Amino acid sequence: MNKSAKRTLKYLSLAVFGMFFFSFALVPLYDVFCEVTGLNGKISQSEEGVSYESNTGRDLTIQFVSHNAEQMPWIFRPSEKIMKVKTGKYSNATFFVKNNTDKPMTARAVPSVAPSNANEYLKKLECFCFEEQFLAPGEEALLPVRFIFDSNIPESINNVALSYTIFDITNYNDMEMAHHDGR
Amino acid sequence: MSSVIESHHDDHHHGPAKGLMRWLLTTNHKDIGTLYLWFSFAMFLIGGAMAMVIRAELFQPGMQIVQPEFYNQMLTLHGLIMVFGAVMPAFVGLANWLIPMMVGAPDMALPRLNNLSFWLLPFAFGILLSSLFMEGGAPNFGWTFYAPLSTTYAPPSVTFFIFSVHIMGASSIMGSINVIVTIMNMRAPGMDLMKMPLFVWSWLITAYLLIAVMPVLAGAVTMMLMDIHFGTSFFNAAGGGDPVLFQHIFWFFGHPEVYIMILPAFGIISHIIETFARKQLFGYESMVWAMLSIAILSFVVWAHHMFTVGMPLAAELFFMWATMLIAVPTGVKVFNWVATMFKGSISFETPMLFAIAFVVLFTIGGFSGLMLSIVPADFQYHDTYFVVAHFHYVLVPGSIFSIMAAVYYWIPKWTGNMYDERMGRLHFWLSFVGVNVTFFPQHWIGLAGMPRRYPDYALQFADWNMVSTAGAFLFGASQILFLFIVLKTVLGGKKATPQVWEGARGLEWSVESPAPYHTFSTPPKVK
Repeated sequence: MNKSAKRTLKYLSLAVFGMFFFSFALVPLYDVFCEVTGLNGKISQSEEGVSYESNTGRDLTIQFVSHNAEQMPWIFRPSEKIMKVKTGKYSNATFFVKNNTDKPMTARAVPSVAPSNANEYLKKLECFCFEEQFLAPGEEALLPVRFIFDSNIPESINNVALSYTIFDITNYNDMEMAHHDGR
Repeated sequence: MSSVIESHHDDHHHGPAKGLMRWLLTTNHKDIGTLYLWFSFAMFLIGGAMAMVIRAELFQPGMQIVQPEFYNQMLTLHGLIMVFGAVMPAFVGLANWLIPMMVGAPDMALPRLNNLSFWLLPFAFGILLSSLFMEGGAPNFGWTFYAPLSTTYAPPSVTFFIFSVHIMGASSIMGSINVIVTIMNMRAPGMDLMKMPLFVWSWLITAYLLIAVMPVLAGAVTMMLMDIHFGTSFFNAAGGGDPVLFQHIFWFFGHPEVYIMILPAFGIISHIIETFARKQLFGYESMVWAMLSIAILSFVVWAHHMFTVGMPLAAELFFMWATMLIAVPTGVKVFNWVATMFKGSISFETPMLFAIAFVVLFTIGGFSGLMLSIVPADFQYHDTYFVVAHFHYVLVPGSIFSIMAAVYYWIPKWTGNMYDERMGRLHFWLSFVGVNVTFFPQHWIGLAGMPRRYPDYALQFADWNMVSTAGAFLFGASQILFLFIVLKTVLGGKKATPQVWEGARGLEWSVESPAPYHTFSTPPKVK
């Protein structure tokens, strides 16, 4: 094999390794892309010090939806299914949860917003989805969400659905049995 | 590397070693090409047998022959085996046989790597097929193995699937490195890039695509492995991951992959059409540029496979237009093939029949692809039999017809014998009728709303499914005839001349038929 063939071989091997690492780089890139564009319902916490309050708000309907991920036995539902809110004004909503099993359990709720272009205008000051929820057997709780719609939300959006899916992550911290537990 | 000094005696030629060890240890590009081609033929028959199980089950509505679980395994393995075991190795086999002869090189640049990249494949597919006999059955999540079907809900054999994908990926990567190093460094003096035969060009581009995307596939299955066994959450929403991310990574590999399976076909068809039209190919340079632009565009269209995941309008529009743009270079190619045939003195030997069928039927597959690229229409067509009809039209009468055409075209060069022309034509017509009877009705049942990947269907789809199954068995049976024709040609037949075909051009036709074990030990001069 001559010199130039060796050089070709070298840069091709580098390209192979580069592309393998690129596939892993796609994971954070995907998150960054979603965050910048506000796609995929990945909600960012409202930035501190920025005020979205205004007096020129309009009426908007928000619907709350709850889902249980597979094999999640908790009772999980919004206290109110529909709320009328004003943009530029803070609103509060609650979700009811109950651990109706006889085991202590940990859960995480993952939010999603539809239509997706409403996402960047929905700001949450406080949300139970920001942290893990731990409930003792039989314990119940009202989980709060405090949110505001930016007044710049496009005129075409009059209805927004905020949905949460609750996942059982009790076994998730034991690395061994990530999610093959109980199956 | 040290220069090997060979003593040249005219009466002493190094022939192949004898016995089984010849095939195990060979570093000869012709031997390895033969191994690849036979391996892919075996996989084609195994994957085809699985397709017969699928079509037999769909012959009538209701569950007849197999259980739904087994149906899903057949569906998954059929896809994986045909893509990674039949089509891709067949093209690598053709590359091995033809590229060194076409560029006037004595062998591939990295002969031992070549041996390794072939011998990985039987192990990869041995592992994959062995999963059929494991507890919980073979992979059952479709060849696209979307998470969480392939992670949270997968059978235990998924780990074997992951390793087999790793191995076949390594094999493809080594094969394509070999192709690129050969083409870039071992061309005969005088053969500039723009004088290379189009099959060589098509493989150069394909090999770059493979190097760019096979590592991404390896990354995707590695993430699956980590999600399943090491507690990570790449694709698990509960841990902060996202199953849609899997689809993005998969199709970032998957869309270039579909061009990997068609670009070498473009090269083959160009050679065959110019030979049997007895004219120089129309628009050589535009053919090269068309292939290059198709390859580049293939990296920016992947999300058209997943329009229904809930993408913003801007992304849908971008991917729709980028996809439609691919029709332009593809249209250039089809135009050039037709223009080459125009006013040519065409004769209709078997390779030409397959090549003309390729142009017509691949174009039909291209048009249904154009329909699928339209976002609002895709919401209707997504995951229906229309999609099944589309990709089978581009893969069966597209890629596979081109491989068959290539076998008929070059087999006299490989074996020194002419194939039986009458039987070849019979094989063509049976395949042509079979493929259309199988897949054309699937357009209609798809448009009528029959979803893909189910073992059962609503009564209104019964008639065309029955027709489709009949066609599938005709097509399947005619491939046994193909096997017979190939064996008969290997064993004997009318002796072929060096040029074989009246209109054939290119260095590979300048050596005797069958091609000697070593060709172009001294490089030819190319004007």
